Amino acid sequence: MPSQPAPDLSPQVSDEVRKTTCYMCACRCGIDVHMKAGRVAYIEGNRDHPVNKGVLCAKGSAGIMQHLSPARLRAPLKRVGPRGSGEFKEISWEEALQLATDWLKPLRDTAPEKLAFFTGRDQSQSFTGWWAQAFGTPNWAAHGGFCSVNMAAAGIYTMGGSFWEFGQPDWDRTKLFLLFGVAEDHDSNPIKMGLGKLKARGARVIGVNPIRSGYNAIADDWVGITPGTDGLFILSLVHELLRAGKIDLNYLIRYTNAPYLVNAHDGAEKGLFLRDDAGKPLVRDRRTGRAVAWDSPDIAPDLANGIEIGGVTHLPVFRHLADRYLSPDYAPEAVAKRCGIAPARIRAIAAEIARVAFEEEITINQPWTDFRGVKHATMTGRPVAMHAMRGVSAHSNGFQTARALHMLQILIGSVETPGGFRFKPPYPKPPEAHPRPHAGHSPGQPLDGPQLGYPLGPEHLLIDDQGQPKRIDKAFSWDAPLSAHGLMHMVISNAHAGDPYEIDTLFLYMANMAWNSSMNTSAVMDMLTDQNEDGSYKIPRIIYSDAYSSEMVAFADLILPDTTYLERHDCISLLDRPICEAEALADSIRWPVVAPDRPGHEGVRPFQSVLLDLGARLGLPGMVREDGTPKFKDYADYITNHERRPGVGPLAGFRGADGTGKGRGSPNPDQIARYIENGGFWIDHIPQEAQFFKPWNAAYQDWAVSRGLYDSPQPYVFNLYVEPLRKFQLAAEGHGHRQPPDHLRARLAETMDPLPVWYPTFTDAITDRADYPIHALTQRPMAHYHSWGSQNAWLRQIHGHTPLYVSGSLWAQHGFAEGDWAILTSPHGRITLPVVRMDALNAHTVWTWNAIAKRRGAWALNDQAPEAMKSSLLNHLIHELLPPKGDGLRWANSDPITGQAAWYDLRVKLEKAPAGQSISYPAHKAQSSPLPAPARDLAHQVKE
Amino acid sequence: MTTLPPPSTRKLGLVIDLDTCVGCHACVISCKGWNTENYGAPLSDMDAYGAQPEGTFLNRVHSFEVTRDAAPPMVVHFPKSCLHCDDAPCVTVCPTGASYKRVEDGIVLVNETDCIGCGLCAWACPYGAREMDGAEKVMKKCTLCVDRIYNENLPERDREPACVRTCPAGARHFGDLGDPQSAVSQLVFERGGFDLMPEQGTRPVNKYLPPRGRDTLQMPDLASLCETPATSQTADTQASGFLGWLDRALEKL
Amino acid sequence: MHPAPSLILFTVLSGMGFGLLVWLGLGLRAPTGLAAFILFGLGYGLAGAGLIAAAFHLGHPERALKAFSQWRSSWLSREAVLSAATLAVMAPHAAASVFMDMPLPLLGWLGAALALATIFATAMIYAQIRAVPRWHHWSTPPVFVLAALAGGAVLAAQQTLALWLMLALGLAMIVHWVLGDQRFALARSDTGTATGLGRLGRVRLLEPPHSGRNYLLREMVHVVGRKHARKLRVIALVLGVVLPVIVLLLPAGYVIVLIALLAHIAGMLAQRWLFFAEAEHVVGLYYGKR
Ligand SMILES: Nc1nc2c(c(=O)[nH]1)N[C@H]1C(S)=C(S)[C@@H](COP(=O)(O)OP(=O)(O)OC[C@H]3O[C@@H](n4cnc5c(=O)[nH]c(N)nc54)[C@H](O)[C@@H]3O)O[C@H]1N2
Ligand SMILES: Nc1nc2c(c(=O)[nH]1)N[C@H]1C(S)=C(S)[C@@H](COP(=O)(O)OP(=O)(O)OC[C@H]3O[C@@H](n4cnc5c(=O)[nH]c(N)nc54)[C@H](O)[C@@H]3O)O[C@H]1N2
Ligand code: SF4
Ligand code: SF4
Ligand code: SF4
Ligand code: SF4
Ligand code: SF4
Ligand SMILES: [Mo]
Repeated sequence: MPSQPAPDLSPQVSDEVRKTTCYMCACRCGIDVHMKAGRVAYIEGNRDHPVNKGVLCAKGSAGIMQHLSPARLRAPLKRVGPRGSGEFKEISWEEALQLATDWLKPLRDTAPEKLAFFTGRDQSQSFTGWWAQAFGTPNWAAHGGFCSVNMAAAGIYTMGGSFWEFGQPDWDRTKLFLLFGVAEDHDSNPIKMGLGKLKARGARVIGVNPIRSGYNAIADDWVGITPGTDGLFILSLVHELLRAGKIDLNYLIRYTNAPYLVNAHDGAEKGLFLRDDAGKPLVRDRRTGRAVAWDSPDIAPDLANGIEIGGVTHLPVFRHLADRYLSPDYAPEAVAKRCGIAPARIRAIAAEIARVAFEEEITINQPWTDFRGVKHATMTGRPVAMHAMRGVSAHSNGFQTARALHMLQILIGSVETPGGFRFKPPYPKPPEAHPRPHAGHSPGQPLDGPQLGYPLGPEHLLIDDQGQPKRIDKAFSWDAPLSAHGLMHMVISNAHAGDPYEIDTLFLYMANMAWNSSMNTSAVMDMLTDQNEDGSYKIPRIIYSDAYSSEMVAFADLILPDTTYLERHDCISLLDRPICEAEALADSIRWPVVAPDRPGHEGVRPFQSVLLDLGARLGLPGMVREDGTPKFKDYADYITNHERRPGVGPLAGFRGADGTGKGRGSPNPDQIARYIENGGFWIDHIPQEAQFFKPWNAAYQDWAVSRGLYDSPQPYVFNLYVEPLRKFQLAAEGHGHRQPPDHLRARLAETMDPLPVWYPTFTDAITDRADYPIHALTQRPMAHYHSWGSQNAWLRQIHGHTPLYVSGSLWAQHGFAEGDWAILTSPHGRITLPVVRMDALNAHTVWTWNAIAKRRGAWALNDQAPEAMKSSLLNHLIHELLPPKGDGLRWANSDPITGQAAWYDLRVKLEKAPAGQSISYPAHKAQSSPLPAPARDLAHQVKE
Repeated sequence: MTTLPPPSTRKLGLVIDLDTCVGCHACVISCKGWNTENYGAPLSDMDAYGAQPEGTFLNRVHSFEVTRDAAPPMVVHFPKSCLHCDDAPCVTVCPTGASYKRVEDGIVLVNETDCIGCGLCAWACPYGAREMDGAEKVMKKCTLCVDRIYNENLPERDREPACVRTCPAGARHFGDLGDPQSAVSQLVFERGGFDLMPEQGTRPVNKYLPPRGRDTLQMPDLASLCETPATSQTADTQASGFLGWLDRALEKL
Repeated sequence: MHPAPSLILFTVLSGMGFGLLVWLGLGLRAPTGLAAFILFGLGYGLAGAGLIAAAFHLGHPERALKAFSQWRSSWLSREAVLSAATLAVMAPHAAASVFMDMPLPLLGWLGAALALATIFATAMIYAQIRAVPRWHHWSTPPVFVLAALAGGAVLAAQQTLALWLMLALGLAMIVHWVLGDQRFALARSDTGTATGLGRLGRVRLLEPPHSGRNYLLREMVHVVGRKHARKLRVIALVLGVVLPVIVLLLPAGYVIVLIALLAHIAGMLAQRWLFFAEAEHVVGLYYGKR
């Protein structure tokens, strides 16, 4: 045997492994951080973690490069140049906090609503919301409004939960999976793991997406739908299923409001449920023909026939539903052209759903008892699961489309049954169990309740007596009645316009609002720098917390630099967006696996601790003791000791003096240490008998109460018919004392339908195909997180620019060749990008990657970086308002119900750029960087 | 040792499932992370934050589009690293003996301290599996994580390549392709695993599993699934229509 | 393939140097004294300069000695061994010629054989690479060997010999080009076989793995325009062969030889540039390029 080298096959991997939570995105996987000589050497997935079970995505593995990024801020910064220039001087923390206090204290004492506090990517919304409430401003929200509130709100109103943090497909049992409009999603690794499981079992995956990449590339069947038409397609599937009688009547009767009787008589009661004196909705008992309370024992609720009382007809919800969707308007032939899907394919998909749901039903031998006390010997499931995200959500018809999707799942009885869609605790939680929104502010006082919530009728809108919005973003006004997450994308333009009122300080946290998260980016930069005649800024003060030198940094007056995710405590809380799985309750923490270290500079501090410090300086209730001294040392102290309700705090695990409390229990001083010992997370499995049918399962309800998810059992039925929507419609029809402005009546009446409807997106409705024939979309790259991937030396090599992917037919039509550039024009902007041909794409669609494009000078990148030279944002083409219609009004480019930003409604014109185009347009003036240029080459290895 | 050893019975390698790979690049970066910190010199990145970044990667994921006559186009994500060929031309061309194929398991490695950075082995590899490191000027390639799979400092369950351990979709499998009974060999057999560019005569150990049939959903007869089809287009009250069906169905519950 | 200047210079110069040594070793021209000094000096100088140029191509020239170890399998190692052996074996012959006016024919012949083998080994470094179908062909060694011998003959001022060798070289170049143009197709590698997806339909690169650059693309994917290549082939042929042949037909003289030499070198540099630039590596299939 010839001799050969003998490499070291057993090198020491690390001195120590520290287990914490990834924050290269909001999926929150568990990571093992391998340390060598006190430095981060290598990051891999935590095998025991409930979210990722050891796997890690590209971003997660590249965390070390984010942690070492040359774009990390190093000290608090005070603006010295004009806004937008990026000229700052470093100041001390004491000076920074004093400045912030000096700005905010007078506001709190006189007009707390003049502080607008909005947060983007953070995971501590329950904390920042609590702070804002204590400050007393109604103007607080997180990023949900521009993200996926359509999906969230439609889910909550329909069934008490939705996708991502609310629920997940039953990956282990599903036999048919339909994926609508998803490129990546928040549940990044779990979706990939789930798809992997389906593939290993040979289960069928159907991808509904104009673009066949990523998940859709591995879908067995691809439906290259025309953007904005999913609702119509889904309702056509519903039409087919109804026609074939392939619906789960038992399920509908037991678990939904399908039998509820609805008033059919014109007038102020029309469309409302028939209720008894106790307010309980009534159903018709088939045996007696009488209207009885929906939850009466031993009845046979009717879905077909109504009753007449005092000359007024009341028909069951299901009857209205069948009437509507059996209409030929929803026949495959009728929708095929609009959706770009052949009728035969629609039928085939409907048939496959029916076949799998009803012929491959699965049964688990697990007895359970429902909330009516009825015992069931088994759990029967319909193994068809669905999942959707922003392809459905980010349209102006997204709320109703998401509703349609939930209705489809409910009609076949696949929600919360084995093989279908399952909620993750703390969901299910119906709208009634959520708070209502609040905006009652007064000087020096906390707000009268939480800012965000779920209105159940016009009475819950946040408007004054003149009908004017009480919030700066006009959330919960007639413009967007159910804007459950606020409208972050409207804050800057409204603040700039002083409409509905002027604010003083805009306080942003972890949101790149001067760039990729705003619509109409160039104009937003102008708004942020716009001045009054006296030279003062239209938006007087901007405070911002970022960890890196982003585009937004350049527009702030004061920067409070945050740490990286490996340098601080964070709490992924049940009060917020926890890491629960369908079968378990779970939450987790981050902790400083390394100390923040910015040698030669003032250094950075965890933003949450800074916020507590600021709160104490402002004397905010809950943040100071009686004697006025700070109540919490830092965020870790808050995590451990804060109680939202007695016994319920940010972390649910290891509560109580002895650390055995689950969900409930007094604060435990060792709690964080116990989390660290346990791998950074805590998990508590739901008992077997409580695993499915959660909204109606007595065992689940009791377990949820015991864990502090709610204080008493909250069983409810699904809302095929959403009565609160009807209440808004009634107002639009002129009923009730709170009346919408006239210009909104028709729109509210059309869109706030209590049964799912489809209408063309607002852009489609007003755009002439001849002018802007093409749909333009963005997708998230799996290897980047919004704007922050580009500072990462490893990730930016994967996606360093944003080519425009052009469908084969458009490619031919425009005579494109490799190396060409395109000009994309929308009614209010134009950009140029290099083109790439892609055939597996809806013929009328182009797309590019989201948020890769960078402003020159940002992120410590070289000015000539491809992120600036060969990249652009579609945001330049998307306005927060629709083009003028000639009615003197500018309508929001948002969903009319939730205010969700309609990113994907965009329509454009495509042209070939003249030969010689070599850089992308628009090219903004460079911002100057508060950081030195990084070393050119990189070869990082932690040698011991 | 540049001549190839006699074929080993143990042939460690990867099986990559093109039916399942979503193209997430997780394997690319976990490979970069592990190999930057371990075997040999770190994988460098030249002009890391500049106009033309160029780094060393041992595993890269390409995307191909397949257009078909009678069905919609497909996209296939295609990860590629060293295939640890049985007849590895990269080894025999190496003038220094730095490149070699391990006798005991067939893993092809570069002994960096012997490498003169001539680049010939990269020329010889048809697959583009070798990259010269820009900073260290030695040849880099997939080591099949030889410093993981036998690493006694790692728990047993972690003794697999970094890319396999991390792949969220489970599209990468590691094992002994010389053993026909191994799980990977079975997978190759069942799913029709194939070689890349067999005409190059390299006899790769790594195998690829083809994408399963796409867009095959046939239109079944929905009516045949229904006992009493609710045929009517409208919810009329006729016994033959939807309501009639509904009434009958409700009676049966 | 990337036409690296160091490799172009190396193959051309050292080839000529070894070509000259072949003739000096064979004693076709047996100079002594100053003439020997100049000619052997030229041979050693060119061969050496070429080798140094080649060393520039190495990431770690300081480890170059290791390249002598793998002569059993590696043509590059063989080239190293053979070139060193040539230079060593030839040295006494050269020294004896220069200083004692007494060539050592036996050593000279051996040296010539070694020099020839060196040239052949250089050619085989390329010809063995199956992944570059244009190179992986019997026509590659003749081009290298004839170029070296012809250049060497010019240097040795062997006009007639040079003339015939030039003609042979011209033929070899044409054959190498014409047959070379079909090599890629004959190798049967395409995007379909590279990915194994060919059986499913027409395969096309949608996205390269990284938007950033990489070593492989720089080193192995070099696309020359067809028109460009045609023009350069003519230049290479005219400068490298036709012009020298015409000049060599003129009456003997050092000026003539010098002109022929310069034209030939220029032509050979063009030929070598093309040799690399036109060579398509199959790895390009993974990058949508050839
Ligand atoms: N065209 C188009 N535009 C879109 C979308 C689209 O699909 N198409 N999607 C929209 C959606 S859904 C969203 S959610 C938004 C997202 O947009 P943003 O919420 O603005 O997200 P990012 O770009 O990631 O900006 C987050 C900022 O947080 C900073 N940051 C990162 N880590 C930390 C940290 O640890 N601490 C602090 N303090 N800061 C940190 C980053 O440096 C960055 O500046 O974009 C929206 N914009
Ligand atoms: N790697 C990575 N992960 C992320 C993020 C990230 O930046 N990077 N961002 C996080 C955030 S904030 C969010 S909101 C989520 C979003 O996660 P996704 O919802 O997956 O986000 P998008 O990339 O916007 O994908 C939208 C998809 O919808 C498709 N689409 C667009 N219009 C339509 C339509 O009308 N119908 C259908 N059926 N499809 C359509 C697009 O082609 C695209 O594939 O991802 C989160 N996860
Ligand atoms: S999906 Fe990736 S980036 Fe997001 S938390 Fe998990 S590992 Fe980190
Ligand atoms: S990690 Fe897995 S799914 Fe992701 S690109 Fe690599 S092989 Fe494909
Ligand atoms: S894939 Fe390339 S580098 Fe790997 S063994 Fe085969 S020829 Fe050598
Ligand atoms: S680059 Fe190194 S490993 Fe490759 S052939 Fe040259 S010496 Fe051998
Ligand atoms: S086996 Fe190891 S070295 Fe090879 S590609 Fe996977 S991670 Fe990289
Ligand atoms: Mo989002």
